[in-house]
Amino acid sequence: MLAINGSFLDFKQLDLLALRQTAVHRLDPRAKVLTTLCFIVCVVSFDKYQISAMLPFLIYPVALIAVGDLPPGYILRKILFVLPFALLVGLFNPIFDRQVVLQIGPLDIWGGWVSCLSILLRAILTASAAIILVAITGFPAICEALEKLKMPQAFAVQLQFLYRYIFVLTDEGVRTARARQIRTFGRRGLDLRHFSSLVGHLLLRTWERAERIHMAMLARGFSGEVHSTRRQSHFGKPELIFTVCWVALFILLRLYNAPQLLGSLFTGSMQ
Amino acid sequence: MSHHIVETRHLKHIYPDGTIALKDVSFRIEHGESVGIIGANGAGKSTLLLHLNGYLTATSGEIIIGDDPLTKQNLAVIRRTVGMVFQDPDDQLFMPTVFDDVAFGPINLGLSRAEIETRVSEALSRVEAGALRDKPPYHLSCGEKKRVAIATVLSMLPEILVLDEPTNGLDPYARRLLIALLKGFHHTRIVTSHDLDMIFELCERTIVLHEGEVMADGPTLEIFRDNALLNTCRLEKPLAMQGCPVCSPEHRPLPKQQPLIEPHSRKPHQHNH
Repeated sequence: MLAINGSFLDFKQLDLLALRQTAVHRLDPRAKVLTTLCFIVCVVSFDKYQISAMLPFLIYPVALIAVGDLPPGYILRKILFVLPFALLVGLFNPIFDRQVVLQIGPLDIWGGWVSCLSILLRAILTASAAIILVAITGFPAICEALEKLKMPQAFAVQLQFLYRYIFVLTDEGVRTARARQIRTFGRRGLDLRHFSSLVGHLLLRTWERAERIHMAMLARGFSGEVHSTRRQSHFGKPELIFTVCWVALFILLRLYNAPQLLGSLFTGSMQ
Repeated sequence: MSHHIVETRHLKHIYPDGTIALKDVSFRIEHGESVGIIGANGAGKSTLLLHLNGYLTATSGEIIIGDDPLTKQNLAVIRRTVGMVFQDPDDQLFMPTVFDDVAFGPINLGLSRAEIETRVSEALSRVEAGALRDKPPYHLSCGEKKRVAIATVLSMLPEILVLDEPTNGLDPYARRLLIALLKGFHHTRIVTSHDLDMIFELCERTIVLHEGEVMADGPTLEIFRDNALLNTCRLEKPLAMQGCPVCSPEHRPLPKQQPLIEPHSRKPHQHNH
């Protein structure tokens, strides 16, 4: 529980990173959102045994970390936090898929291992792209960009509120869990009855808080629409160049297996 | 016409579950007054406050803000007139940055961009929080959150300020700052709190609620001198009005089994009362 708590609190660091002023930070959020979306679609659309063709995609996170002046260690830790979930998804592949796809000496490599590795690689790529997007744009700006890209406002506001209150909520959850832990006197495990009451209480408290927030909004003239007027952004030439170049590169890398091409070129010249 | 007057006439509120929160509450607060509303837990303070800007509708009775009774039709005007600062600043600060939060009210009022900008800057400098404008609310300390929460209301230029437990959860220094800040306001102020010392300092008039009724309404000093009244309403004199616990222990009714200072650590103590 504490580990989850720590990593949630760490999101604040992500917000601070978003305040930096580098060339990529200054780009219109829409350009970055579109590029990231395109990146993710390209990566997840690969064949399930594909590994080599995905490797060149690492250039996108690496380039942005460099240009955006982001701390690589921090981003890496954030990605590690997501990896166990991906591992869980790919865990059973080596058990069910025992078709030999590769032999290295006496070692048979099953298709399951390859696809599991492929899932992990996808997770690393997509998670890093998403985390970097938040670190160079900031969550509120992403919500605004999505809204400008014609996502219904209700969803954008919901996302924004989720981000605002996730800290408050996790805090409350952690406090409740701690209160329970203190009174279990070393008995491990959480039986279902207690767990459901704990979650139920959390839900009720969230409900009450939602009501109070609504009250505070009404008290300030809320009439169903959340306006924000401050961030003015302009989709200009730099944004166009950024988006078009990256998207073109992604499509090329998606259509042609660059490492294989490079390899055959190399072996070709050797012959 | 003046918007600064708050009046309730025989206000009664029964919650849907049958709890009678307010039985009969009547008072009139004039322009520029600073009034404390005190009472034990469950005396009806919060319910009363929620009526003042129309969030709850009275079962019977009237609320008059300025010259007009509060109705559904003038709710928007009333909510702009009565600025409500809630107890938990986390409920009040829901936007991504301090600026967005303070601008939320003015934007909903449909003001121009330039006007919004000046209102936000003024409100933030008023609570000495100008440096926080681009920060996300969850990066702020509790004291900063409270001050920003007040700014979110000030930016709508309300004539009446309603504050629910403003000093709750603050450390002594932040509490001092906040009291000094509130003293500087010239709005009509209505403050509820269990921090009776703050009420003593901030409000010249106090209304005592007890089980949904007004038990007393008068000058703060007189109310805090009335021991019988305070006892029935489960209240206590502000610490500032109680005797020094060291040199005159009889002034402070402490339980006998709980000596304030261990006998061996008691040192000769001098006070110039």
